[in-house]
Amino acid sequence: MSIITIERKILEKNDSVAGENRALLQSHGIFSFNLVSSPGSGKTSILERTLEHLGGSIRLAVIEGDVQTDIDAQRLAKYNIPAVQIVTRGGCHLDAPLVRDALAQFEPAGLQLLIIENVGNLVCPANYDLGESAKVVVVSTTEGDDKPLKYPQMFRQASVLIINKIDLLPYVNCNMDALKKNALSINPQLTVFETSCTTMAGIPVWCEWIRSNISKRN
Amino acid sequence: MHEMSIAESIIEIVQQHLPKDEGCKVRSVTLRVGALAGVVPESLEFCFTALTTDTPLEGARLTIGRVPLTVTCRACSVTSEIDLESFVCPACKNSNIEVLSGMELQVTEIETDDGGEDPA
Repeated sequence: MSIITIERKILEKNDSVAGENRALLQSHGIFSFNLVSSPGSGKTSILERTLEHLGGSIRLAVIEGDVQTDIDAQRLAKYNIPAVQIVTRGGCHLDAPLVRDALAQFEPAGLQLLIIENVGNLVCPANYDLGESAKVVVVSTTEGDDKPLKYPQMFRQASVLIINKIDLLPYVNCNMDALKKNALSINPQLTVFETSCTTMAGIPVWCEWIRSNISKRN
Repeated sequence: MHEMSIAESIIEIVQQHLPKDEGCKVRSVTLRVGALAGVVPESLEFCFTALTTDTPLEGARLTIGRVPLTVTCRACSVTSEIDLESFVCPACKNSNIEVLSGMELQVTEIETDDGGEDPA
């Protein structure tokens, strides 16, 4: 019998490829964010409203992660932007090698922004660094105000929280103050935006955050 | 269910450390898993068992050493062990805390059965 003592990070391969992705994006001055949430929080709708608001003013590309279909990529087709769909075929998260392969399908020169929409899941994507500049977590008011307490790891890792579907507040059991307090108790550094993809409320402010991060890269 | 891809990564790492000789079997694999690593031990064991069938790791015991979530408070500098339900410093209730441990996800030991004598 032998005992081999080692010290190996289980996700070292993912982290290494994430480092390569990050270096590639940085070398081209591309700001990127990884949009995460539970299913149905409105990630794709936020993406659509964001594209509409930014118009053609920013040169951007999108990587769409989905478990089974390319429905989300079809929704983005009308915006006429470079978009790559990753269908994970049951996989519950995007990982860095999948993003590396998707990145190979873009011409990075000249891009200013890469948006990665992750698979709807607040647990698994927290473990997988993709090489993004920032994680943006979306919670909708229909999910109640305790999501941050249930998924602390994701909220610890995010730098931005978007509270979506604020137009539904009169109809749902969600206390905005409690939701923000819960999120900030997990991560006091979070920048919080409140949006509605129906009324466009909050979308301009959120887009301003994107613009300011892009200009920091240049 | 990212435990499946975590189990795959564990097996890949273990196989890189196994001696080349045929017949070497793995008796156990020890992990260090932080409370904030988002891993369900039962799921990981299930995936590990499923993926190791017909490999040198078949039947190996997966020993999961849990690492508690410990934090240092940036306000009062006290270091404490906390649970996931209350992300505040237990001493002063401030939420401006730095995580010291609890994010670990590592393979730390592999025990193999190479047909030789057990060490005394």
